[in-house]
Amino acid sequence: MQAAAAARPPGCGPAWLDDARHQALRAFMERGLPDTREELWKYTALRALQQQAYAPCDEDAASRSVADDLLRLDGCAGPRAVFVNGTFRVDLSRLDNLPEGLTLQPLSEAMQRQSEPLRFLLAARADEDEDGLTLLNRALAADGLIVRVADGVRASQPLHVVHVGASAGSAVGWHLRDLIELGEGASLAVVEHHVGDDASGHLANLVRGVTLRANAHLDWTVVQRASRNTTLLRRTDCVLHDHAELDFHALELGGKLARHELRVDLAGARARFASRGAFVLDGRQHADSEVLVTHRGRDTLSDSLWRGVAGDRARGVVHGRILVQPGADGSDGGFYNKNLLLSPTAEIDTRPALEIYADEVKANHGATVGQLDENVLFYLRSRGIPLDTARRMLVRAFCAVTLDGIQPASLREFCETLLAEQLPETEA
Amino acid sequence: MLKIENLHARVAGKEILKGLSLEAKSGEVHAIMGPNGAGKSTLGNVLAGRPGYEVTQGTVTFDGNNLLEMEPEVRAAAGLFLAFQYPVEIPGVNNTYFLRAALNAQRKARGAEELDSMQFLKLVRERVKEMGMTPDLLNRAVNEGFSGGEKKRNEVFQMAVLEPRLAILDETDSGLDIDALKQVAEGVNRLRSPERSFLVITHYQRLLDYIVPDFVHVLADGCIVESGDATLAKELEAHGYAWVRDRTPAEAQA
Repeated sequence: MQAAAAARPPGCGPAWLDDARHQALRAFMERGLPDTREELWKYTALRALQQQAYAPCDEDAASRSVADDLLRLDGCAGPRAVFVNGTFRVDLSRLDNLPEGLTLQPLSEAMQRQSEPLRFLLAARADEDEDGLTLLNRALAADGLIVRVADGVRASQPLHVVHVGASAGSAVGWHLRDLIELGEGASLAVVEHHVGDDASGHLANLVRGVTLRANAHLDWTVVQRASRNTTLLRRTDCVLHDHAELDFHALELGGKLARHELRVDLAGARARFASRGAFVLDGRQHADSEVLVTHRGRDTLSDSLWRGVAGDRARGVVHGRILVQPGADGSDGGFYNKNLLLSPTAEIDTRPALEIYADEVKANHGATVGQLDENVLFYLRSRGIPLDTARRMLVRAFCAVTLDGIQPASLREFCETLLAEQLPETEA
Repeated sequence: MLKIENLHARVAGKEILKGLSLEAKSGEVHAIMGPNGAGKSTLGNVLAGRPGYEVTQGTVTFDGNNLLEMEPEVRAAAGLFLAFQYPVEIPGVNNTYFLRAALNAQRKARGAEELDSMQFLKLVRERVKEMGMTPDLLNRAVNEGFSGGEKKRNEVFQMAVLEPRLAILDETDSGLDIDALKQVAEGVNRLRSPERSFLVITHYQRLLDYIVPDFVHVLADGCIVESGDATLAKELEAHGYAWVRDRTPAEAQA
C-alpha cells in the first residue's frame, strides 16, 4: 500500500499543487493508515490493505465498456456523472441540459484547465483530525466532481453520480475528491450509486466536502451495491450555515469492506440534519457507518435513525456521535440505532455517544442489538409463508423505516426491492 | 381428516400431553375443553408445528399424511390453520401484503395459480365485509396497535381468506366481550362446511352457545378424559371440571 503510494510521483500540475501533494504524501508516510487504536477505527481494521498491492490507476478505465443497465437507476433520469475505476467518463455521463445555475465539472478537467480557483480546496492545510486515508487522498486524488448550485437555484431533477468498479487486470486503488457547494437558498438532490462487477478487489478512497449556504437544502441518497470484493472508504465533511438542511439516506448492501465517515457541522443557527440509513450484510462483509454530528449554531437540529442487519460471519459497526459545542444553546439532537443479528457468528458493534457543552439542550440516543423474534417467525410460517420468505419479510420490515423518506417514490421502491433481495444466511 | 393417537409431547423438558387420542372427520366441529394447564394450547401448538414443542411418542396423521414430519408452512399449505391465543404484532409488515404473501405461498405450494393484486383485493374486500371488520385494519401493520378483540377478529378474518380445511381455534374467545364473541362465532359458523373441520379449544362453555360443536372432549392432565356431544359442555358448566375428575376414575375402573 505505502509502496504503491510512493511509486506514483504525484505532479504534473502547477507548483503549488505539486507541493501540496508532496507535503500530504510525507504526512501520510509519517502517519500511516488508520489503525484500531484510533477511536473512529476501533472496530475496522485495515491490516488487509497493507498486504495488498494496488495499481495507482486503471490504464483502460477510459475505454472499459459498461452495460447501460448497470448505470440505470429508477427515479434518476436526469443529469448523470459516471466514474469507472475512479476515472470520469464523459461518454457515459449525461451532463448536457443541466439546469441554469447548476455547474458540474470533473476535478481532472478543472485541474487541467483552471486549477487556481481550487487552490483553497487542494492546497488547504490538513486538519488535525484528518487521518492517513484523507492525507493519502490529498496526495493522490486524480479526479472527482465539483458541483456548484448558484444562489436561489432549485434543481428539479436529482443528480445521479455513479461509481462503477469494473474488473481490471489487477486491483486498482483510486482516490477521488468531491466538492459540493450549494449557494444561499439553493436546493439539490444527489443520488450516489455504487455498482460494479469488480472481481479484482479494488480500493476506492473518496473524500468529499459539502457546503450548504444559508437556507440551502441538500437531499442525498446513497445506494451502495458495490461488488463483494471492493473496499470502499468514504469520508464526507458537511458544513451547514443558517437554516440550511441536509437530508441523508443510505442503503449499504455491497462491498467487502464499506465504511462511511459522515461528519456534519451544524455551524449556523437553526441548521437541520436528518439521516436514515441501513446496512444488510452477509458472508464476511464488513460495514462501518460513522455519523459524527457537531452542533455549533443555536437551535440546531439533528435526527438520525439507523438499522443494521448482519448474517453469517459479517461484521457491522455503527457509531453515532452528537457533540454540542458551547454556545449551541437550544440544540436538539437524537441518534437511534437498532440492529439485528441473523447468525451466531455475526457481530454488530454500536456506540452512541453524546458530548454536551451547552445549556438547554435536548439530546437522546439509543441502541439495541437483537435477533429475529421466533414467535413472529412461527406466526408467519403458520400462515404458509416459507421460513426463508418470512425472514426476508422481517428484515425488510426492520429496515423499512429508513427508506420511507427516499425521493422520488420510484427510487424508494427500487431500494425496497434491493433490500428484499439481500437476505443474509442465518446460520454460519 | 385428523387422527391423533397416543400423543405425548414435552415443552421445556416437561411432559404436558400424556397419551392423547382424537379423531376428527371432515365437516365435524370438536370442542376441546379443560382446566388451565391441562394441555389445551399445547395440543394446538403441537399440531401447528411450533418450535420447542417436542413430540416424544404417538402419531398424528392429516389426510393420511404424517403431520409431525411437516414444517409449519407445509402444514398450512396442506390446509391446517391455527388461530393464535396471543396473535403477535409485526411492525412494518402490512396486513394486506402479509395475507397475500401467505395465500399465494399456500397456493403455490399446492400447485394452484397465484392471485394477482386485483383478484386478491376483491377477495379480501368481500371477507372484510362479511367479518364486519373496519377496512382500515388492512392498511395497518399486522396486529400492531390492535385491541384484543381486533386481534382475535383478525385471526378469524385470516382464516376466512386462507380457507383452511382444518381450523384450530386456540381460546379465540378469551378476552372478548359478548359482541365481539358473537362476531367471531358468526365468522366461524359462516365457514362451517362438510369439507372443513374445526378444533375449538376453549376454557369456557360460553363460546359453544354460538359455535355448537358436534363433539365435546374434556382434556385433563394431558389426556382426554371424557367425550360426548354438545350437552357435555352444559354439564361441565353446571358442575365444573372437578365433576369430570371425580367421575373418571370410577368409569375407568368399570
